[in-house]
Amino acid sequence: MLDFVSTRRGVLKTGGALFVTFTLVDKVLPALAQGSARKKTVSLDEVDGFLSVGVDGQITVYSGKVDLGTGVRTAFTQIVAEELEVPIDRVNLIQGDTALTPDQGPTWGSISIQIGGMQIRKAAATARKALVEMAAERLGVPPNELRIENGAIKSSGKSVSCADLVGGRTFSLKVDKDAPVKDPASYTVVGKSVPRLDIPPKATGQFMYMQDFRVGGMLHGRVVRPLAIGAKLENVDESSVKDVPGLVKVVRDGNFLGVVATTEWDAIQAARRLKATWSKWEGLPERAHLWEHVRATKINSDEVTANVGNSAKALSDASKRISASYDFAIHTHGSIGPSCAVVEINDGKITCWSASQATHRLRKQLAAMMAISPDDIRCLYIEGSGCYGRNGHEDAAGDAALLSRAVGGRPVRVQWMRADEHGWDPKGAPVLIDLRAGVDREGRTIAWESEFFLPDSFGPVPLVAAILADLPGMTEQLPKFVVRNTAVPYTFPNIRTVAHMLNETPLRWSWMRSPGRLESTFANECFVDELAASVSADPLDFRLKHLGDPRGVELLQRLAVLTKWEKRTSPRKDAKGDVVAGRGISYVQYDLVRTYVGAVAEIEVDRRTGEIRVERFLVVHDCGQIINPDGVTNQIEGNIIQTVSRTLKEEVLFDRSAVTSLHWATYPILTFPEVPDVIIELIDRPNEKPWGAGEPAATIVPSAISNAVFDALGVRLRSVPFTPAKVLAAIEGD
Amino acid sequence: MPTSVSLEVNGRAIVVIVDDPGMPLLYALRDSLELKGPRFGCGLGQCGTCAVLLDGEPVLSCETPLTKVVNRKVVTLEGLGTPEKPSRVQQAFIDEQAAQCGYCLNGMIMQATALLAKTQNPTVPQIKKALTGNLCRCGTHLRIIRAVQRAARSA
Ligand code: FES
Ligand code: FES
Repeated sequence: MLDFVSTRRGVLKTGGALFVTFTLVDKVLPALAQGSARKKTVSLDEVDGFLSVGVDGQITVYSGKVDLGTGVRTAFTQIVAEELEVPIDRVNLIQGDTALTPDQGPTWGSISIQIGGMQIRKAAATARKALVEMAAERLGVPPNELRIENGAIKSSGKSVSCADLVGGRTFSLKVDKDAPVKDPASYTVVGKSVPRLDIPPKATGQFMYMQDFRVGGMLHGRVVRPLAIGAKLENVDESSVKDVPGLVKVVRDGNFLGVVATTEWDAIQAARRLKATWSKWEGLPERAHLWEHVRATKINSDEVTANVGNSAKALSDASKRISASYDFAIHTHGSIGPSCAVVEINDGKITCWSASQATHRLRKQLAAMMAISPDDIRCLYIEGSGCYGRNGHEDAAGDAALLSRAVGGRPVRVQWMRADEHGWDPKGAPVLIDLRAGVDREGRTIAWESEFFLPDSFGPVPLVAAILADLPGMTEQLPKFVVRNTAVPYTFPNIRTVAHMLNETPLRWSWMRSPGRLESTFANECFVDELAASVSADPLDFRLKHLGDPRGVELLQRLAVLTKWEKRTSPRKDAKGDVVAGRGISYVQYDLVRTYVGAVAEIEVDRRTGEIRVERFLVVHDCGQIINPDGVTNQIEGNIIQTVSRTLKEEVLFDRSAVTSLHWATYPILTFPEVPDVIIELIDRPNEKPWGAGEPAATIVPSAISNAVFDALGVRLRSVPFTPAKVLAAIEGD
Repeated sequence: MPTSVSLEVNGRAIVVIVDDPGMPLLYALRDSLELKGPRFGCGLGQCGTCAVLLDGEPVLSCETPLTKVVNRKVVTLEGLGTPEKPSRVQQAFIDEQAAQCGYCLNGMIMQATALLAKTQNPTVPQIKKALTGNLCRCGTHLRIIRAVQRAARSA
């Protein structure tokens, strides 16, 4: 049997059917086919916003929060299955479709379960109550004699199914904040390590990622970015690509340049061969003087995040003062699969498929850029490669929109090449922190002061396409979440912590796991260690002594047991040889109001080469009620390993014109032989609120490693990444 | 000039008609055959996510031009097993819940399959070495190592 396949459009075949079938969106399309897209409410206070029951009793959950490869789909399914007492395979989840799902805000900050999941739980609890009331009426049995079980409401002898009660119809009911939720003691699904629903198709090549999504008649686009970030497009030589067979169009809009072709390979070839001339631009600061540049950047406002007593006076009264500056390099998101989107425009209406973490916001951004009403745009989420913040997905959608418009609205798929991703995804901010503390004659810490240089948050990250084509963007005040761990959980008598909100960052900035809190916790937890060492205290004892919060104290005590913590001061006294082992501790309460994490890093550092090997991370984690323990463990492992990579290796390189670390050889990340073991103890509190897991565990990594290096060698690493060169310089300078 | 290239993919004879026989195999698999296993990650041979087996050996399909695969046998992730009947290695990845986003999984499973074909009971350092060229940004490494160990045990 022989199949002929053409890379041009259309498929030739003989001798039997092609063996590959291709489905569009598995669960989204049926909803569209029913024509429900236009009518369905997306209101946040309507049960129908979040839930529907099909005529077959199948429950559909409409989630504005999306699964970024973190298991949220499974966790939400568990939550609804639990409240409505149905097996999990009776629950479908539709995510991030602006026509169908409520705007629950972007999927960020590890708050999907804490906020989004709880909105869904309340909607399910309201539905449950309503179903029981309807059944009571239908069956003529008082509600308190009814129970809900396997998709039906039952009393002894009588029963009516949820499908019979509301199947195919709406609840038309406000979400009742007081609707009783199930008692955690009776949970059968929540709190269990239900296997992830997406892993079997992912392991067998059946899962459809955004990068796999295709629509009929689709063309392929590629972008051609300026050689310098602010360069002007001076000339395009279209004859340079006239030999590319499938070329449809070279698209130019201001400084936005792209190509559209019938096949992906043709688009890639055209983008590579297209000759364009750009003006010179050298507006980036010199990398060697990055920190002077950050320090000199205009400050929009100061956020005072803690002000206790009189820290200035206490500092001047102190018998011993210590101070230090910490810095954290610019990082790239570095998803393994580059950003991708498909846009089509039909009768002035835009449909956009992307892996955006914020489809509702993307809709507004596209509306501003394309100068049409948001009502004429529908953005649908399809899971892409791992997403750790606002990466390039929205930008790819902006690119696809401009390219589609240029070819009469035909659907255009844009996938970034590796250099587009490394060069043009929005970056983490370079963060600088100054710390000062004072100790009195008795060795008590009497003053703590800190200043953070953090990016101000004006609104959504502007789309690259809008910047290059000089098209309108949108503004929206975003919460200043970057400041939330600048204050400390410790009870010093005089504290002043201030965040200087900077007007700009050298490269286009976005939030990346875990913005502001990662850098703040790095500096704070290292400096606490410096303080402990300065008064010859055991670093764990020192933290316990200054911690008022019993949940934090319990966590640290459990960490001491888990790690068999030996009480002593750092640095260790018995360091011998070239390769020295060290231990470092760190602690955080995320945003100072939620998830608690404590960790000990065990490392080895080679004084000849400056190389650090992280051997093990031991973590104790309290995120309140746990929905799926294995899901939480998976998130913690991932966040620790990713942040070890960022701490040891990662730094975006740039010259005065553009980013120069355009692939994995110039922006290396951790590889298998370098990966530490991660040992985790979860504290489950079924009767408490569920808080987020994931990002909180990232924040303790750099400080734990730095403190471990201090324990080993007695030198402080205050600049991420901890490259061998910096370790050697620290040893030298000691 | 359109050229035709004959090869075998997942046990099936295929002729790809293509303008540029220098086109990497990856695009024929993804765009012409609409396979979803092999994935584009870097196109530079740096991440391993595009791996397929070529006559049983793992190769990076983003760097393998069609001219190099004429009349040869290609096996992709789909060719190893299905959700209903996963291969031993695929089953082990499912059992260990060895994925976050799972975008890197194709490369990991192809590479592990090739490793286990040669080394029945690899040590952890051997597994790590075999997977050195496969990047995972989500930090799923520990689960992936456990999955390879489990697959070895289940042989
Ligand atoms: S896509 Fe082939 S190695 Fe990265
Ligand atoms: S699981 Fe996301 S890249 Fe490996």
